[in-house]
Amino acid sequence: MKGLLLTLQITVVSVLIGTVVGLLFAFFKLSNSKILNWIANVYIAVIRGTPLIVQIFFFYFGLSELGISSYWCATLGLALHNSAYIAEIFRGSIQSINKGQLEAGRSLGMSTPLAMRRIVLPQAFRRALPPLGNQFIIGLKDSSLAAFISSSELFNVATTQGSRTFEEMTYLLIVAIYYLVLVLLFTLLVNRLEGKIAGGDE
Amino acid sequence: MEQRKVMIKVNNLNKSFGDLHVLKDVDIEVHEQDVVVLIGASGSGKSTLLRCLNYLEYKESGSITIDGKVIEPDQTDLNKVRQEVGMVFQHFNLFPHKTVLENVIEAPVMVKKIPKDKAVEEGRALLKKVGLADKEDVYPSKLSGGQKQRVAIARSLAMKPKIMLFDEPTSALDPELVGEVLSTMKDLAREGMTMLVVTHEMGFAREAADTVVYMHDGKIVEKGTPSDIFSQPKNQRTKDFLGTIL
Ligand SMILES: Nc1ncnc2c1ncn2[C@@H]1O[C@H](COP(=O)(O)OP(=O)(O)O)[C@@H](O)[C@H]1O
Ligand SMILES: [Mg+2]
Repeated sequence: MKGLLLTLQITVVSVLIGTVVGLLFAFFKLSNSKILNWIANVYIAVIRGTPLIVQIFFFYFGLSELGISSYWCATLGLALHNSAYIAEIFRGSIQSINKGQLEAGRSLGMSTPLAMRRIVLPQAFRRALPPLGNQFIIGLKDSSLAAFISSSELFNVATTQGSRTFEEMTYLLIVAIYYLVLVLLFTLLVNRLEGKIAGGDE
Repeated sequence: MEQRKVMIKVNNLNKSFGDLHVLKDVDIEVHEQDVVVLIGASGSGKSTLLRCLNYLEYKESGSITIDGKVIEPDQTDLNKVRQEVGMVFQHFNLFPHKTVLENVIEAPVMVKKIPKDKAVEEGRALLKKVGLADKEDVYPSKLSGGQKQRVAIARSLAMKPKIMLFDEPTSALDPELVGEVLSTMKDLAREGMTMLVVTHEMGFAREAADTVVYMHDGKIVEKGTPSDIFSQPKNQRTKDFLGTIL
């Protein structure tokens, strides 16, 4: 049960951090500055192009030296991993908002940042919700990799319990069911959330 | 000669998109309280002209004077200019995530920092004026095109602009919904709003316009009173164009 909570915690925190960082890189990609575009492209390419487990170990070896707990190493590794995917989600959803929306805001005297914040982003967030939910589920399952740097999350608890009792298969099965239930519950939650805010769509 | 204030004065305006020279030495003048209707074939540069006037597009050369102030992007607060020049779009561009009333009060509250209850009060009055008092809590997706456009007009008016620009406000509407929008615009004209309107509704031009301007291929070809332009156009191009739409 403690493993379950930790899994959820790692996932939620890493997706939250990933969302903030992802939004930042989405803006970099959409900005007119060639340098910012380049930074975002390299960042996203590196993260999407390398295995998550390598990234987690990279953080583990890099940060644990500085006295950062393996929990935070795992969470940060997952967060940055998520951020690259979330950046692409936000970029797509912002670009999908009709240009007329920004113009209507501007024509009323709103500055571009204000019109972005009040008009474009709220709509873009709504549109980003289904793929974000999807990313959350991927993040949830990816968090199992934190086991390799021995956070006592779900998967790790299962495998250590398993090797102690030599009933690995049983424990893995239980863990699989845990994940499945989490994912299903979360899917349900996202669907309800989507249904709730569908009212304001065009 | 009449001495009314010139609200919009454009001299030698030029604008290109890459190699495409869209506006060519355009001169136009709109007096206070006047309604000027701009007609011309699709692609002749009407929208671009309107968009240059509130700097959604930046001019290349020439001068734009709004209410006596010369507008230069690097010296003028364009957000301020846009507050004074309302714009109504062909496709409404209402904010779909906000209710009708929220659409109307958004800019007064966020830009002008008007207290919310005052903005709500003014917003309701505007909705009443465009005949949509009962729709304030509805989302735009639930409205007909004509209702959407009337909300868009109310939303613009909420900023108390000195000038209203309309870019084919009825072109996206089903024919039976055109009338309600035009009648809202006529009310506005009667109240003395200064308006520059791109439209193909010649009935509206006849009834409400002080001046009709015909544009062809980025140039102003002819201007005059509606009766002059419609009954005795001087330019052959104008005659041909009117022949295609009347
Ligand atoms: N943002 C733009 N980029 C490139 N070309 C444009 C852009 N906006 C308009 N144009 C071109 O400028 C010309 C005039 O367009 P527009 O002002 O929309 O004409 P109208 O409103 O009279 O139909 C057209 O040929 C159009 O394709
Ligand atoms: Mg046009």
